[in-house]
Amino acid sequence: MSEMTGNNSASKETIIEISDLNKWYDDFHVLKNINLKVAEGEKLVICGPSGSGKSTLIRCINRLETHQQGKIVVNGIELTNDVKRIDQVRRDVGMLFQNFNLFPHMTVLENLTVSPVWILKKPMAEARELAFHYLERVKIPHLADKYPNQCSGGQQQRIAIARCLCMNPKVMLFDEPTSALDPEMIKEVLDVMTDLAESGMTMLCVTHEMGFARTVSDRIVFMDAGEIVEVNEPEEFFNNPQYDRTVAFLSQIISH
Amino acid sequence: MKNWQSSPSLPSPEQQQGLIKWCRMNLFSSVVNTLLTLTGLLILWWLIPPFFQWAVVNSCWTGDSREVCDAAFAASGKTGACWVFIKVRLGMFMYGFYPEVERWRINFVLLVLALGLLPVLAYGIFSKNLRQAIFGVFGLLTVFYFFGIIPAIFTAAFFFLPFLLDFLSARLAWLAVSLDLWHTLIKLCLMLLVGALTFFLAVTFIGEGHGWASTLATVVLLLVLFFVRNVTVFAWRWILLFTIFPLFAFYMLVGNVFSLAHVETHYWGGFFLTLVVASSGMATALPIGILMALGRRSELPVIKVVCVVFIEIARSVPLVSVLFMASVMFPLFLPESVTFNKLLRALVGIAFFYAAYMAEVVRGGLQAIPKGQYEAAKALGWPYWRMMAVVILPQTLRLVIPGLAINFLSLLKDTTLVAVIGLLDLLGIAKASMADAEWLGFTKEAYVFAGIVFWVFCFAISRYSVRLEKKLHTSLH
Ligand SMILES: Nc1ncnc2c1ncn2[C@@H]1O[C@H](COP(=O)(O)OP(=O)(O)OP(=O)(O)O)[C@@H](O)[C@H]1O
Ligand SMILES: [Mg+2]
Repeated sequence: MSEMTGNNSASKETIIEISDLNKWYDDFHVLKNINLKVAEGEKLVICGPSGSGKSTLIRCINRLETHQQGKIVVNGIELTNDVKRIDQVRRDVGMLFQNFNLFPHMTVLENLTVSPVWILKKPMAEARELAFHYLERVKIPHLADKYPNQCSGGQQQRIAIARCLCMNPKVMLFDEPTSALDPEMIKEVLDVMTDLAESGMTMLCVTHEMGFARTVSDRIVFMDAGEIVEVNEPEEFFNNPQYDRTVAFLSQIISH
Repeated sequence: MKNWQSSPSLPSPEQQQGLIKWCRMNLFSSVVNTLLTLTGLLILWWLIPPFFQWAVVNSCWTGDSREVCDAAFAASGKTGACWVFIKVRLGMFMYGFYPEVERWRINFVLLVLALGLLPVLAYGIFSKNLRQAIFGVFGLLTVFYFFGIIPAIFTAAFFFLPFLLDFLSARLAWLAVSLDLWHTLIKLCLMLLVGALTFFLAVTFIGEGHGWASTLATVVLLLVLFFVRNVTVFAWRWILLFTIFPLFAFYMLVGNVFSLAHVETHYWGGFFLTLVVASSGMATALPIGILMALGRRSELPVIKVVCVVFIEIARSVPLVSVLFMASVMFPLFLPESVTFNKLLRALVGIAFFYAAYMAEVVRGGLQAIPKGQYEAAKALGWPYWRMMAVVILPQTLRLVIPGLAINFLSLLKDTTLVAVIGLLDLLGIAKASMADAEWLGFTKEAYVFAGIVFWVFCFAISRYSVRLEKKLHTSLH
């Protein structure tokens, strides 16, 4: 099935184009010559050892980090210092964090409605309807009036996904969405993400969940030391990796 | 395979209960504690009965001159408090030298303030519009009973306007915020038109030079109505308290408009002056403080430096010197023709002085907000000011309620310092009254009275902050 979507998406339009991206933290060259094209509807998994720059890369896509060289174009808009453009890109790109980052002073429902109302200028009634729709979709409509700290980690991450979806994004970025969760909760979040992938959302996902990478992704991007080592389809990536660095990484993960 | 069952939950062993057990646990749990308790009781025994004797048992309440007290004390042979002094001077203590026939204006303003403020402060109780409305109707009847029909009409407008505004912004599709350029332009034009009309009306009916304040208030109201979505009734109440109420209070208290007599501010005094200084100080210092806290964290070097320098200077001088500067030095820098009212200068001085303290408290709170909150908001597309106002500051202010409460309390108490520039607040009036030849020797009564009034208000603020903190903190941690 993943093969099918992979073939389809290859013919679709490019939604993210990163060319010759270089980024430094002071003197530290954290991203080196990154070139990556993502087609609409494509699901990418980004993996690699700790400190390889995975988070930095996807945070550049919605300008939570600024880059010094190269070009990032998202949905036809190039990221520059222009604040208007940045806000436009951020509206099109949703992001999920390792520690959820829900707004703790608002109820779950308010978390979901506040951005559509204040940013997209939707009427409250419409925003509420939308919020309940997505809460149903992540299977927790009964939590609407709770506060985030009254929900479990898995529930919070699903609320965060619903919060993103309420903004109707074209692309979603996931930065290790399950690594702060207990094993029992990981599954409920991965189920929601799989469901999302099946609905055709463009997804870039930093994760160590190799099962998810194998079944859901169209391509796997392997990074090390700020560089993209290898981009490959999951079957190839796991069974027939191109570089010795990939083999070493995979053997480490599997030996766990 | 064996079947696993979780064990049933049991009730916890009974907690100790009853007064005697509580005392034994808390007051007499060890030899040292017992000694401390006994010492405490002894001190109370020394202090309370004599005070009670003086303030209640031997005191004199009836009559209207000092002779009554003197006679009573001579008859019983014991001296106590002569509360007649306070009773006779109560008007003075409360209103200063504000002319007696005009004092209803102060009462009216305070009543309207209470009507506007109570629903937003106790928003838990007034969560339902119906309850607010019932409260409003009672307030309205009170105003009508005491002050007549025209004040009642104003009160009704002030109290029920939030409902109307809320209704309008929710129901009128035309008002809905949209990204359409023409729509926005028409609204802007309409706003300018209404603003100009207000200016014209204010100038004709109130007088030359009175146009700007009313226009500003109107424009702010229209801006919110036209361009901010989803403003609740409570938010409207706050907005009215910061736009229409100050205007109303100013014209009501100062007068010289319509048929109200002019009461210059050097007649203001007593507890009324304390309230004016404290409430305008609180209402202005917090917003300015928030802006300065944001400025101090700004990435723009000029703004940052200005804020840092201002805060550091304001924190390193005593309030008394700020007040002196405001009243004595400040006019020296201004041209002769520009004169600012002395009270106004004191208000500005206090506002900025306390703003510096509030700024530091708020900054502390801002530092406690995790970076993830900013990132999540930015990633959802929130621009800076909206993110601050809706996502970050509400969390920050919840965190710093205790710090803000301390500043509010010390502001309330520091209003007594306006005495150094010749403004007579409650304490100033009390002192002035002691010097009155007819009432020589009643200093204790005056101080105790002033102390009690301050204590009541400070205690109320303190309790309120604790309640608010408990109520809001549950959702943060
Ligand atoms: N703000 C910063 N300033 C300086 N160096 C940083 C900063 N943020 C990250 N780095 C460094 O950049 C490198 C890449 O960090 P990044 O967070 O992108 O790694 P990662 O691949 O996401 O790792 P992990 O799997 O541990 O999350 C790391 O070596 C990190 O120490
Ligand atoms: Mg990371």
